[in-house]
Amino acid sequence: MFSGFMVNTWLGGSVMAAVAGLVGFFVVLRGSTFAAHAIPQGAFAGAAGAALIGVNTLVGTGTFALLGVAAIALWSRHGRNDVVTALVLVSLLGVGSLFLSLSTEYAQQAFSLLFGSPLAVSSSELVPTAALGAFCVALLAALYRPLLLGSVAPELAITGPVPPARAELGFLLAVGVATTLALPVVGALLVFSLMIGPPAAARQLAGRPSLAMGLSAALALVTAWVAIAASYETNWPVGFFVGTFSAVWYVAGRAWAAWSRRARASVGPRARQKLALGRAS
Amino acid sequence: MVPITSLPGPRPGLGAGSAGLRAPELSEPALSVEGLTVRLPGREVLRDVSFSVAPGELTGLIGSNGAGKTTLLRAVLGLQGLAAGRVAAKRPIGYVPQKVLLDPDLPVRARDLVGLGLEGTRLGLPWPSRARRARVDELLGSVEASSLAEARVGTLSGGEQQKILIAHALARRPKLLLLDEPLANLDLKATQEVVALLSRIAKTHGVAVLLSTHDINPLLAVMDRVVYLAGGRAASGTTDEVVQTDVLSALYGHHVCVVRLHGRVLVSTTDEHGEQGCDVAADAWEGAGPTTVRAVVPAPGDEGSSS
Repeated sequence: MFSGFMVNTWLGGSVMAAVAGLVGFFVVLRGSTFAAHAIPQGAFAGAAGAALIGVNTLVGTGTFALLGVAAIALWSRHGRNDVVTALVLVSLLGVGSLFLSLSTEYAQQAFSLLFGSPLAVSSSELVPTAALGAFCVALLAALYRPLLLGSVAPELAITGPVPPARAELGFLLAVGVATTLALPVVGALLVFSLMIGPPAAARQLAGRPSLAMGLSAALALVTAWVAIAASYETNWPVGFFVGTFSAVWYVAGRAWAAWSRRARASVGPRARQKLALGRAS
Repeated sequence: MVPITSLPGPRPGLGAGSAGLRAPELSEPALSVEGLTVRLPGREVLRDVSFSVAPGELTGLIGSNGAGKTTLLRAVLGLQGLAAGRVAAKRPIGYVPQKVLLDPDLPVRARDLVGLGLEGTRLGLPWPSRARRARVDELLGSVEASSLAEARVGTLSGGEQQKILIAHALARRPKLLLLDEPLANLDLKATQEVVALLSRIAKTHGVAVLLSTHDINPLLAVMDRVVYLAGGRAASGTTDEVVQTDVLSALYGHHVCVVRLHGRVLVSTTDEHGEQGCDVAADAWEGAGPTTVRAVVPAPGDEGSSS
């Protein structure tokens, strides 16, 4: 499991999972889960097109992810964000289905692009994967405070040097990069589960932003590792395990939060004081 | 009588604090708005609005929904293009927006939100330091919210959240603090607390506070000055100068009654009964008793004014 071509998958998978966890923190914080769903679907068309004309999947995925990001960011200024996002999704997905139908290896190709493959990372892709991952982390670090403030309340960020529209573009770009890295391994349909499950669980567990973001990346890493190992052993798709584990994290996070609330409420003077405060106001 | 700024003729007494008896002398205004006109597609939201706010003063921006309060605040923030006029505001400006909805799951503590006020719009990661922490503690203390520091902001009550947002806005030591409907959706006790806090901040920090509200009553005891908006026009001065039947009637462009009772103010419309109509309103109000007064204020018919 840890030899030969699988080493590439472990390395590439770790980079994409950490990046997806970090980006996902803002996806959940900003309520942008629909964009995180639509951009991978658009990128799928690029992957299918790349397979059709015989170029590297990473190039095709990246190009179409960027296309989706640009379309959503541009059109959202003039129309409703969810409608624009949906239209970008369906138009690119349509192109993807055309590309696939033109391909001779239709079934096999479609399956691995949609549901992922543990053998998707080749040696030649490791360096670009690492570079894209580093770019994405740098982008998030640069935009951390404006994004966080804008996520809490967009009105609070309007007077700052980074206008919310530009911060949003940077954020979507990060989603596009994370998509490009994760799509070949996890599959287009389930890329966004890595950007939703771990951060949604992390924000239940951690009350401060930096901690929640770190925990989100850690949970995404564990999810990816378990999924790759399980997929290797069972020959089931990686996407299945990623999707399942993401949901499990979320349910576990909610359960823990509910349990700890109850535990706090049943003991301690601080809890009682807090309850009294809650009643007073 | 206080001039209504869009009426023709000279505009005496609207300079920096000259109409206000309590305005600090010789102090330059933190905000001065002159002849401000704002047009949005299809309508004129503000017309020839002039007023000023001096440091250490608390000014109420009063008007019903749609009177142009938020547009005026956005113009002061520089987010709204002006069709005419001039806005001169001392920077930095602290701003508490309207209706900030905070999710209870939000992984942001009160301390984090106040910290974001210090340098929340800058690029790069924040570096924790002792000085930064001490400043956040000081800010939380200044809004009497030290005990809330570690709580998630989304789990706090409306009044507590408002305090944290005020601390956030104070972080960069603003000369001017703008608040958009900070009293909306607060219960009576929280309203009183927030009003007292804002009054104290204006006095002790020397900040010029301008807050918008549709209900003038919670501010009556602490307000140094009032800017009353109706139909896109404004009347400004001290409360006693502006909240008068003749001033507000001229502002609305039709007869309105100002009734004062039990330390509260009711602004109501009348038909053509003139002064007699005001007596009728006062009688009705007296009959209703003070407990129902909050339901009567603000004035009905604000929006239907013939401007």
